[in-house]
Amino acid sequence: MRPHRSADLFILLMFGLLALFPFAESTFYTQLLTKIMIMAIFAMSLDLLVGYTGLVSFGHAAYFGLAGYALVLMSPQYESVSLWWSLPAAMSVCALFALITGMLVLRTRGIYFIMVTLAFAQMVFFVFHDTKFGGGSDGIFIYAKPTLVIGGFELLNLEKLNHLFYLVLIFMAAVYFLLRRVLASTFGRALLGIKENEHRMSALGFPTFRYKLASYVLSGALGGLAGYLAAIQYGFVNPEILSWHHSGTVLMMVIMGGMGTLYGPMVGAFAFVLLQELLSDQSLLGQVAKHWQLAMGIFVILVALYLPRGLAGLLSRKAKAEAAADA
Amino acid sequence: MNFSFFLIQLLNGMQYGLLLFLVASGLTLVFGIMGIINLAHGSFYMVGAYLAWWLAGMTGSLTAAILLGIPLTVILGMSLEWLLMRRLYGRDHLYQVLLTYGLILVLEETRSILWGDDVYGLKVPDMLNQSIALTENLSYPVYRLFISGVCLLLAAGLYVLIKHTRLGMMIRAGASNREMAQSLGINIKLVYTLVFALGVALAAFAGMINAPVSSVYPSMGNPVLIICFVIVVIGGIGSVKGAMAASILIGMADTFGQVLVPEVSGMIVYLLMAGLLVWRPEGLFSRI
Amino acid sequence: MSEQDQFDRRGFLKGSAAIAGGALLPTGFARAQSSKLRVGLMLPYTGTFAQLGIGVTNGFKLAVAEHGGKFGGREIEYFIVDDESNPGKAPENANKLIQRDKVDILIGSVHSGVSLGISKVARESGTLWIIPVSLANELTGPLCAPNIFRTSFSSWQTNYPLGKVLMERGHKKVVHITWNYVTGQENLAGFKEGYEKAGGKIIKELFVPFPQVEFQPLLTEIASIKPDAVVGWFAGAGAAKFLKDYQASGLKGKIPLFGSGYLTDGILEAVGDAAQGVETTFPYADDLDIKKDKAFRLAYVKAFKMQPDTATMLGYDTAQLFAAGVNAVKGDVANKKGMIKAMETAKIDSPRGVWHMSKAHNPVQDVYLRKVVGQENKMVSIAAKALADPARGCKA
Repeated sequence: MRPHRSADLFILLMFGLLALFPFAESTFYTQLLTKIMIMAIFAMSLDLLVGYTGLVSFGHAAYFGLAGYALVLMSPQYESVSLWWSLPAAMSVCALFALITGMLVLRTRGIYFIMVTLAFAQMVFFVFHDTKFGGGSDGIFIYAKPTLVIGGFELLNLEKLNHLFYLVLIFMAAVYFLLRRVLASTFGRALLGIKENEHRMSALGFPTFRYKLASYVLSGALGGLAGYLAAIQYGFVNPEILSWHHSGTVLMMVIMGGMGTLYGPMVGAFAFVLLQELLSDQSLLGQVAKHWQLAMGIFVILVALYLPRGLAGLLSRKAKAEAAADA
Repeated sequence: MNFSFFLIQLLNGMQYGLLLFLVASGLTLVFGIMGIINLAHGSFYMVGAYLAWWLAGMTGSLTAAILLGIPLTVILGMSLEWLLMRRLYGRDHLYQVLLTYGLILVLEETRSILWGDDVYGLKVPDMLNQSIALTENLSYPVYRLFISGVCLLLAAGLYVLIKHTRLGMMIRAGASNREMAQSLGINIKLVYTLVFALGVALAAFAGMINAPVSSVYPSMGNPVLIICFVIVVIGGIGSVKGAMAASILIGMADTFGQVLVPEVSGMIVYLLMAGLLVWRPEGLFSRI
Repeated sequence: MSEQDQFDRRGFLKGSAAIAGGALLPTGFARAQSSKLRVGLMLPYTGTFAQLGIGVTNGFKLAVAEHGGKFGGREIEYFIVDDESNPGKAPENANKLIQRDKVDILIGSVHSGVSLGISKVARESGTLWIIPVSLANELTGPLCAPNIFRTSFSSWQTNYPLGKVLMERGHKKVVHITWNYVTGQENLAGFKEGYEKAGGKIIKELFVPFPQVEFQPLLTEIASIKPDAVVGWFAGAGAAKFLKDYQASGLKGKIPLFGSGYLTDGILEAVGDAAQGVETTFPYADDLDIKKDKAFRLAYVKAFKMQPDTATMLGYDTAQLFAAGVNAVKGDVANKKGMIKAMETAKIDSPRGVWHMSKAHNPVQDVYLRKVVGQENKMVSIAAKALADPARGCKA
């Protein structure tokens, strides 16, 4: 268990550094980091499915969007709701959706699984995009962000950038450590066993379908957490957050960062967004920045070819050895 | 709608479906035979369209443009396979997803640098630029019928290629068991290169031939990509027969959906796919 | 798992340092306070609306050049963000310009969803914001605010006058076809109001899922309905395809096609003769007999070696509006109130004619009826004089 402890220690260090960031007084970067941390949560939730259960979902954006829309639709026109019940409510909507679709979707395998998850996500997308229910393709706003109040005392005022930053940071840390715990348990080990060889696990007597479903639901609920926080950030939701592009982006972050490591997806989220910011900054790179997607694309291709364990693989000596053995 | 319009809508659905087949056939081949998920398939469609516009601009004729463009795309496909794709055989599908996603970005930006971001139009070749009157108001463009004809020919050609030629036999052998085929003396590397190039060329050809109808514009490959995947999955991966069946099915569903239930017509294709996969998780037909 | 996770401490520290360094790198470049005016352009430079984004930018720069490169005695520094027509990223992108680049004025965008995203941020920050293209009624309706201006037009303004035109031609029963999304719905609503007021009847409202462009089934449907005329609204590549398909289906010539502006704007080159004879209502045309327009067109072609279009004219006017504000306060952009007052009362000498702002900060302008002849939208008549958007819901 020692490697885990040293890993967790360094993650804590990173979180600590992040906690100090708002003191740098850069509003734009505080917002950017908030967004990255939200994506990190989103990516970690997907890693549970992809990296640990071996289920590649191409429709994870559905949960992100459902929770975001749930928050906006739950909020009355000009007042705010309390985070204490709106967050669990939003996550429950996601968990329920995951439960129902999971029962259908988990009957398929491999590429078919990928496509069916895409199909369900697309259906949710079209519900919000084509109907007036959720404001249609232009999206909707909330005018007042949720409150975080205990007994009349306001813990955090989410209208303030820094407060939201800390809330997201706390959640990111919580999700990381929660998933660490879950994955270290019997449940987590069973998932890994299922990923390795489902038939064998089934032969050993594990009810593999139930395990997969549990993983699917947990993954969906945590994806919803990310979506809820994202909706708070700008108070604006739009069907684009349900698009397959979004599902694809988070999948890229997981793979690029290094799936099956939990910290990999966090690295992936940071790397992806920061790289995008850097490459598209016209004041730094001038005209070249207009075509930043070219550099981004080349970078992604190189990672796919030469970094089989993702970026996190760069950080782990053992992983490097394994990769060398693979080649 | 009365009966004659019903027939016309059937024709619409058929024609749309055949076009979809043309684009999706390449994807299902590459996927089924090489086991490669190619997210950049839509981008090759776009490359074909832009190439057609560019070459037609230079030569003044769409036919010449297509004849010149096809070999170019074959070369493009072979180079990409040699440079990138072959390093991914045997690796987890996810790396193919990642690499081809990067490829989409590269192709899109390269297109932007080379040919700009405007909407371009292409003229239909004069000989085909007429319409057949179907009712007093409505005519059917001959060019669309021409495209459908080409699609059918191509479908037949692919079928013959795969089922009745030696190359087809080698392809099927390689798809079943790569090592075995190789040990039997088949140059699997070459077969794979050719199949990938064929896939790219089919997508590009679809873009070229449809360009006068669709116009040529940035990110035109995106909607194509997603619907191709749906077709491949419904039809059964690797099955050309399946791709044809699925394409027609989707063509009809989309056409009648737009007219009968416009509010949900965007979703129909996905409802179909989800329903089918839940009933028959491997798609309509199995391999080739 | 325990094996896989073996950390190399140095490696991890290196990695995190790299990431942290990368994050702080751009902040290292101090965005110095300069004497230049900071203009933020948030427009689509990629994707289907790229042409419009580039057009607005060019038009803006032309106006700046005509003012000697200075407004209120200060030079202009541009901060450019490609919004990719992605509404989801809009608040974030707007923030980039407002928070990171601290622009004095934000200009954007084209896609209505993107503008709605900007709206949230602009209203909260109070930054001066000019919308150069977006049609959404609500931007100067329920979402109006003192710091928000639009130099283009609302969907209502471009569609309302069309109704009367159709009735004057004797087209009493029409079919309307457009994309099924907010802007499409608004176009329909604006047209419906004017048309029904004039006594017309829309027998069927057809919708194509947005942003699909497969029109065959609905064109067949139109043929079976046999209306007096068809009113359609699409934009960009979708409009080009629709026009081509309309012609190829034989409907052209048998059932006249009408629409509002963007149906035939900016894409005439791509459609060949498919658009001939299509009539649209729009606050601009390609052959206006206005001195300023002729001068504008000559100058544009000289500077950019391309023909101008509506987007370029709108960019030009946006710059003129901004100039009016800045000049009035002699470059002191901190005096927002002064700028706003000047912009509210400015009379803009535009290539489309002279116009001024309505109370809700939308141009009060003439709407022309145009017909496609050759590769131009030629003016036929003035469909509505000095039309103001009703700005329903604006508590100005």
